[in-house]
Amino acid sequence: MTIDAFPPGVILVLGGLVLPFVSQQIRYTIILLLPLFVLWSVWQVGDGVQLTLPFLDYELAVVKGDALSRIFATVFAIMAFVGGLFALKQKQVAELAAAFIYAGSAIGVAFAGDLITVFIFWEIMALGSTMVIWAAKTPESYKASMRYLMIHLLGGVILMIGVIAHIADTGSVAFQAMTPNSIGTWMILAGFLINAGAPPLTAWLPDAYPEGSFSGTVFLSAFTTKTAVYVLLRGYPGTEILIYIGVYMIFYGIIYALLENDMRRILSYSIINQVGFMITGIGIGTEMALNGAAAHAFTHIIYKGLLLMSAGSVIYMTGGKRKCTDLGGLFQSMPITCICGIIGALAISSFPLTSGFISKSMIAQAAGDEQLLFVWMCLAAASAGVFLHAGIKFPWFVFFQKDSGLRPKDPPWNMKAAMILFAFLCIALGVAPGPLYDILPFKTTYEPYTVPHVINQLQLLLFAGLSFFLALPIMKRTLTISLDWDWFYRKFGAWLIVFLTRGTVEMRRDIFGNLQIFVNSVINLAFKGHGPNGIFARTNATGNSVATVIILLTVLMLIFYLEI
Amino acid sequence: MNDDAKLHWLVRPNTIKHLWRWGYAILAVLVLADFVIHPHASFGIDGSFGFYSWYGLLTCLAMIVFSKGLAIFLKRKDTYYDD
Repeated sequence: MTIDAFPPGVILVLGGLVLPFVSQQIRYTIILLLPLFVLWSVWQVGDGVQLTLPFLDYELAVVKGDALSRIFATVFAIMAFVGGLFALKQKQVAELAAAFIYAGSAIGVAFAGDLITVFIFWEIMALGSTMVIWAAKTPESYKASMRYLMIHLLGGVILMIGVIAHIADTGSVAFQAMTPNSIGTWMILAGFLINAGAPPLTAWLPDAYPEGSFSGTVFLSAFTTKTAVYVLLRGYPGTEILIYIGVYMIFYGIIYALLENDMRRILSYSIINQVGFMITGIGIGTEMALNGAAAHAFTHIIYKGLLLMSAGSVIYMTGGKRKCTDLGGLFQSMPITCICGIIGALAISSFPLTSGFISKSMIAQAAGDEQLLFVWMCLAAASAGVFLHAGIKFPWFVFFQKDSGLRPKDPPWNMKAAMILFAFLCIALGVAPGPLYDILPFKTTYEPYTVPHVINQLQLLLFAGLSFFLALPIMKRTLTISLDWDWFYRKFGAWLIVFLTRGTVEMRRDIFGNLQIFVNSVINLAFKGHGPNGIFARTNATGNSVATVIILLTVLMLIFYLEI
Repeated sequence: MNDDAKLHWLVRPNTIKHLWRWGYAILAVLVLADFVIHPHASFGIDGSFGFYSWYGLLTCLAMIVFSKGLAIFLKRKDTYYDD
């Protein structure tokens, strides 16, 4: 095994494991340099299988490279670097350690050439991400992390059953394009979709991610859902059902984000919305659509990380304020955070000259090329809706609207540097999409910057903006949440257990009640005879018995003498 | 005027009035731009005059109204799940 075949993800996992045990100086060095080294090593992986390990009767392809693997591994490594920079001074070292293990295993999935390796890294990811949520060290984060872990362990079990059934069917462990036509392939698809935040298990994401620390949520936003996008891209391109699942996720994200008050929950719903775009693209399945899904995952990780860093900076500098009803007017004292947040918001809305524009429009173009009118109309409406729920709503309620009277400063240098770096990437990729297009899985000649495309996109977005300000009176934030599918396991499930156990509680009471009556009657009977007033407790009995014994002895002696 | 001067220039009522005017002007120019551009429409409707403008406005208003309607059934106090 040469150095260029060593799994790049494992380097990051090992780095994460040593972080808690080294001095601050060495820790800072590892956090800042190791992701860059991993990024370099990602590009040393050649095409095809690079590293195999024997496991039971199978030969695992632990590292297998191609363009699709590299583009995801690249953006995961970039995210680990900038996220590490943002979280550099995080006092919970465990969070950074967990985040590196999490990021490393995501890269591990991206290079996995067989289903067993996918599964192993998949599970490490679930544990790493749970620890990231845990590291926030609040009672809420602990509970949310447990709910999160349960969903992901369930997803893991479903995935494992699918993998085993698929191997039993085909005899091959290879991870390649599949069609859902057997129990194995359906179960694998379901396992992948749970991590993508697909319905009905959507609620774990906005439930758990906003409970991370100011920096933890930045990591969480990047890896789990995008790894799911990667495995769907490789495993199920062109699977039609994904189009409808994606469209559902797109609108679900918008509608719930519109009703939400917590700024990081708004951004979490918008993750599901954005992943919906990618999944729709995978469902369409043409080269243009798959390129679009991959490109959109790349740009999304960057601008969503940026948005959550901006939200994290607000939380960090206001001592934990995260509800829109508590915030407002922060642009006056946090100009850098505000501007970076707005750049992220423009990018997620696909404004021309930002990264979202050059990636998302490929998916809509693919829907147009395939003459899928309904899908195309949904995507266009959703593009407008993204500007509505994330593009304007997030910056408006956090940095503008009413003056909350808060005057927090911009955050420390490392957090500012991380935000500026990502804001720069959002614009650089938007202005010069060439380098990103060059590393896409398929060759493309797509040209996003035509005059009609730019004008039409501006019309769509600015009129969406108009609708926001026209409807502002009814958009006022309230201290509310909206019920979601998680109600079924958080409320209904709890009620069901109470309901079902109530009968058994009564039965138990009846059985023990009757037993008690029986035991009591035995005790009473014994008490009657042996109690203080019982027949066996009478004291005069001793004298009588002595007299009886004397009489008996006398009689015995008389008989004895008479016999002689 | 004194009160206004204390405010950040961006939130003075006068500035906001100007922002609305400029906003409407930009929207009008964008709609009129449909006369000059020649889009390569994938379907018939997306090439029609003012399509992206009215579609963006109306679908967004529809989504807001729909979410408000859904809120009647799904909205709860944010302490709903607290024990």
